[in-house]
Amino acid sequence: MLETAISLAMGLFVLAWLLNLGRLIFGPSLPDRVLALDTMYINSIALIVLYGIQQDSKLYFEAAMLIALIGFVSTVAVAKYVTRGDIIE
Amino acid sequence: MDTLIEWLVSAFVMIGGVFALVGSIGLARLPDFYTRLHGPTKATTLGVGGAIVASLLFFSWQERGLQLHEVLITLFLFITAPVSAHMLAKAAMHRDLKRMKGTRGEPWKQ
Repeated sequence: MLETAISLAMGLFVLAWLLNLGRLIFGPSLPDRVLALDTMYINSIALIVLYGIQQDSKLYFEAAMLIALIGFVSTVAVAKYVTRGDIIE
Repeated sequence: MDTLIEWLVSAFVMIGGVFALVGSIGLARLPDFYTRLHGPTKATTLGVGGAIVASLLFFSWQERGLQLHEVLITLFLFITAPVSAHMLAKAAMHRDLKRMKGTRGEPWKQ
């Protein structure tokens, strides 16, 4: 029951990830691509958390936390660079 | 009790997956950047929230005690998603991206 639900949900997240990949490749503008990358890292966090449940291991929590931190910082840095042409003024 | 927890965890996992898929469909299908910003910032964040609530329930049940450190990820995502969306909207406004006719609000013209 739980295994089936987790496999199904992982399939849904991977489908979402592939849609983001399409937006990343075909995105008409730079902010679209940054937004697609932002969504991709959020989906990756969910995939890692689900993998942790599937393997019954708490090791993956730290990986998810690190991806959340680094993803946020990189999104803000790129958005700032696109807006101002510089990250720290 | 065990079946109840299993059902709950499965339900939260599926809800999370469906919300994330809806957010990404929004990102892929909506017409312009300002509308596309809505999908990932709301639906996807909620989807990850669902997955993390499922993980919280599962590990609390497994360890026979409250395990709250997954809440850190949810809290962090719920705080940072609006910030990054704001920065991206400002970047798009700065680049003067074109928008559809129905997209309202022109703060750069005020």
